[in-house]
Amino acid sequence: MSTAPMSSPLLETAAAEPTAVTDPHFVRVALRSLRRNKVAALSVFVILVLAIVAIFAPLLAPHDPLHTFPSGLSNQGAPMPPGGKFLLGTDESGRDVLSRLIFGARVSLLVGVIATGLASLIGVLVGTIAGYAGGIIESILMRITDVVMSFPLLLFCIALIAVTGPSTRNVVMVIAFGYWTYLARIVRSLVLSLKEREFVTAAKTLGVPDLTILRRHILPHLAPAIVVYTTLGIASSIMIEASLSYLGIGVPLPQASWGQMINSGQQYYQTAPWLLIAPGICLILTVLSFNLAGDWLTDLLDPSDEVTRR
Amino acid sequence: MIAWFLRRLLQMVLVVLGVVTLAFIFSNIVPGNPARLVAGPQATPQAVQLIAHQLGLDRPVLSQYLQYMWRLLHGNLGVSYALEDRTVSSEIMGALPFTIQLAIGGVLVEILIGLPIGIIAAYRAGGFLDRALNIVALVGLSMPPFWLGLMLLYYLAYKVSLFPLNGTGHPLVWYLVLPSFTLGIGGAAFYARMVRTTMISVLRSPFIEFARLKGMPERRIIFRHTLRHVLTPVVTMLGMDLGYFLGGVLIIESVFGLPGVGLLAYSAIGTLDIPMITGTVLVAAVFVVVMNFVVDVTYTLIDPRVRLSRR
Repeated sequence: MSTAPMSSPLLETAAAEPTAVTDPHFVRVALRSLRRNKVAALSVFVILVLAIVAIFAPLLAPHDPLHTFPSGLSNQGAPMPPGGKFLLGTDESGRDVLSRLIFGARVSLLVGVIATGLASLIGVLVGTIAGYAGGIIESILMRITDVVMSFPLLLFCIALIAVTGPSTRNVVMVIAFGYWTYLARIVRSLVLSLKEREFVTAAKTLGVPDLTILRRHILPHLAPAIVVYTTLGIASSIMIEASLSYLGIGVPLPQASWGQMINSGQQYYQTAPWLLIAPGICLILTVLSFNLAGDWLTDLLDPSDEVTRR
Repeated sequence: MIAWFLRRLLQMVLVVLGVVTLAFIFSNIVPGNPARLVAGPQATPQAVQLIAHQLGLDRPVLSQYLQYMWRLLHGNLGVSYALEDRTVSSEIMGALPFTIQLAIGGVLVEILIGLPIGIIAAYRAGGFLDRALNIVALVGLSMPPFWLGLMLLYYLAYKVSLFPLNGTGHPLVWYLVLPSFTLGIGGAAFYARMVRTTMISVLRSPFIEFARLKGMPERRIIFRHTLRHVLTPVVTMLGMDLGYFLGGVLIIESVFGLPGVGLLAYSAIGTLDIPMITGTVLVAAVFVVVMNFVVDVTYTLIDPRVRLSRR
């Protein structure tokens, strides 16, 4: 999934540290590598800007995103093109597109971060237990993972939302529930090889309890993989949220979400293409930034070599 | 070998059964009464009850489940609730041709675009072209397919009437160009990155160096020696993608108005058509599981070092 890391002395030293993320110097190492990697620096910058926009949305938005402006529709009742009072135009109900985009950033980031966080939690838990316990427990957990993985993810989401009804909270739950399988598989395979390592055997021989071994000797080694796949997972989660909202079963109206803006704008795409272009560009920029950041973290932390190295 | 095969088969059946059970559970805990939806808004309570009885909905869920499984064993997917008198299998069979052709188109786009870009990037590893292609690939990966589809429709079908606007027609291939491109572009980006990574590591290996020292022409090195190694991960992904696409790609089908399996499943969820939901999900799962199996077998054909029994 990752590109081959171009070896540079700096990356080598960073990757040679077995627990780069838990390393107290991690922030300094990361910042130094960002100074060299302009593309990664840009992506981190975009993510920071997005976070600020999302947090301060009410202060930054020029208008109320839910308010229907009488001046927002032409005499024929069509959306207004960009310019004038409405910088990016208005939508089919005469609402300000820019303000809706700004509040949409809130939804995307919130759903992306929380859903991925939950998915990572479940994935790490299932993967660690399966890998460490082995035997029947492992078989059962991995078959469950297979079943969830073979279930078409989007249909899975749609079915779950049909059960629970559309709401932002349900979108988060559904994405988390469909997405944990990926991390579970990766973590399991990492744990499988970690538990054969000398320091784990040594700890076991000394009579260290299993939970302590997991916490002290296994979890720290999983950190790079968790960080990388969580970052990439945020990109996917944002995409799934947009897809669900596009299909009309994600974030419910009138709350603004980028996918849903594209959905409601698509019937006007011949006369008002700005309704599609603006939210689309926001989505691409956001997802791209998280993907680029994930790439950079992969090079920096080298999650796969973590175990096989030495 | 035979033991491996049998174990694999049992595993596949178990996963499919699990998926069907999950779909069945979901459909049955949906709040709402399918009988009411079938009967229509004006129906009397008696009529609703009668329909519920005809559909077997008044029986305990467990007995409904067992009956469904029993029929499934005989290859019977049941009769649709919403579309009267139509069997689930005939509806799925009607939708499958669109989905199959779309899936093949999508996979073709993935290879035809992804493979060459990956190879070129690997040859220019670290250079400007490589970095530029990497960013292009990442943009491709980050583009929401429904948005790309709409943009293509707006510019290539509406502004410039290069392609048909929507739906299906004759010849179908013409109507599938834009959907296939939209479907395959994300995968193409993914393949480009994967091929690049594999290719770089293969190009650094001793046997390639030896071939170079021997004075073998570069073209021969690529086609005879390098591509073979690059193909292994590509085949894995290709098989998995094909299985996934064959289950129906709702987003693409809905943007372009193609009546495939994805749309069938989507509308079934809207009308609480339980046999249809379970049926479409079953078909999707079978494709995924079977393609995974095909991939495992293909491994051994491409790379004789892989032994089936080890997996």
